[in-house]
Amino acid sequence: METFPHRHILGIEGLSRADIEHVLDTSNAFLEVSRRPVRKVPTLRGKTVINLFYENSTRTRTSFELAGKRMSADVINISVASSSVSKGETLYDTCKTLEAMHPDVIVMRHASSGAPHFVARNVRCSVINAGDGMHEHPTQALLDAFTIRRARGTLEGLTVAIVGDVAHSRVARSNALLLKQFGCTVRFVGPDTLVPPELAGYGVELHHEVEAGVRDADVVMVLRVQTERLKGALLSSLGEYSRTFGINRRRLALAKPGALVMHPGPMNRGVEIEPDVADGATSAVLDQVEAGVAIRMALLYLLAGDSGEA
Amino acid sequence: MALSIVERTGKRAEELCLVGIRRGGVDVAKRLAEAIAELEEGTPHVGAVDISLYRDDAATALPDPKIGPSEIRFPIDGREVIVVDDVLQTGRTVRAAIDCVLDYGRPRRIWLAVLFDRGGRELPVHPDFVGKTVDVRPGTKLRVEIDGKDGDRAFLETAGDEESR
Repeated sequence: METFPHRHILGIEGLSRADIEHVLDTSNAFLEVSRRPVRKVPTLRGKTVINLFYENSTRTRTSFELAGKRMSADVINISVASSSVSKGETLYDTCKTLEAMHPDVIVMRHASSGAPHFVARNVRCSVINAGDGMHEHPTQALLDAFTIRRARGTLEGLTVAIVGDVAHSRVARSNALLLKQFGCTVRFVGPDTLVPPELAGYGVELHHEVEAGVRDADVVMVLRVQTERLKGALLSSLGEYSRTFGINRRRLALAKPGALVMHPGPMNRGVEIEPDVADGATSAVLDQVEAGVAIRMALLYLLAGDSGEA
Repeated sequence: MALSIVERTGKRAEELCLVGIRRGGVDVAKRLAEAIAELEEGTPHVGAVDISLYRDDAATALPDPKIGPSEIRFPIDGREVIVVDDVLQTGRTVRAAIDCVLDYGRPRRIWLAVLFDRGGRELPVHPDFVGKTVDVRPGTKLRVEIDGKDGDRAFLETAGDEESR
């Protein structure tokens, strides 16, 4: 019997197609657990999961917290506000301190790319990357793939348009890496300040015109305009962005009939996505949230079930 | 077996809930449901549970690479639930399955039906309905195939060689 060959989930990079399918298949069983009258199974009783978040996050942290709790693990949330980092503890000391408390899994979000990799090299427990800087967000890509596969039956050969601030997006990066493994055509769509030419290195199509970008797509994945990162030169105004790249019904109609609309959240309604599209019949936004808990339960199960320590 | 289930539970077919334990018990549960449907009017409910998440060694065992969803798509509160498996040995699987069923509600009674009882209990679990009691040496695996390429058969497996019966 084949077991899951990884101790950490640091990125889609490093996962094979078989690994990804393994996670998606396992998640099926966990989707069902969250729909039962009693949404808790005893699988990870006695295991400890630490959510270590150096960046704000409600949805990802809550999703991991629920995933751990529904598996009966003890879940500790540590939100490192910028003020307490100023106490001066280094990341190395923080993770060594946490390790001394014997967690089984550390779930980590950090503004610096590669921070979870650094932690993984320095602790004995498993590490899951919940977003590192502009690098990767593997659990988001996995839940997106899970959502697409459930809606379409397969990932194979689909055309996926990822629209918005691709340059700053770890979601776009992880999704592109994953979807390419399944033979998808991936398009990065956005103004040239946000979709610079070097992104073509991912083996994707670049589009600077939204109409061409979404035409005949099976999936339109809308990214959040990260207003906190875009002050100044990259974008002249939100209104202009909305007029030139916002996904509305007229633009969505250019995609394949019934094309799936996705958004990793939180959404800026009226900026990158119009409300009638966000709430439309083919919107999978809330399915993504439900899939997120299932994917994270599956990952905790696969990693903490065989902690390697003991 | 179907007959004794109908007689001893004293329930009409549609009041019975057969819950197979993945993966061997599911086919047995379907078979039993068909047999009961022939004896009685109506068809029993059939569901399935995957006990991977309820194993008492979940913390130390390697994760099952093929875990399937549990499916109980009918209310079980106040009903008669019959947990079904192909082979009963230690009773640990049945313990896990009972825990899983209870997460879906509070049945009036849970029964246990197994095709083969091979002995070797490690928990105080006793089947209510048994197809056949067999004597199998420890270390030997008793495998059951239903609707396999050779139809239905049960055979013993001792590290490689197998013996049909």
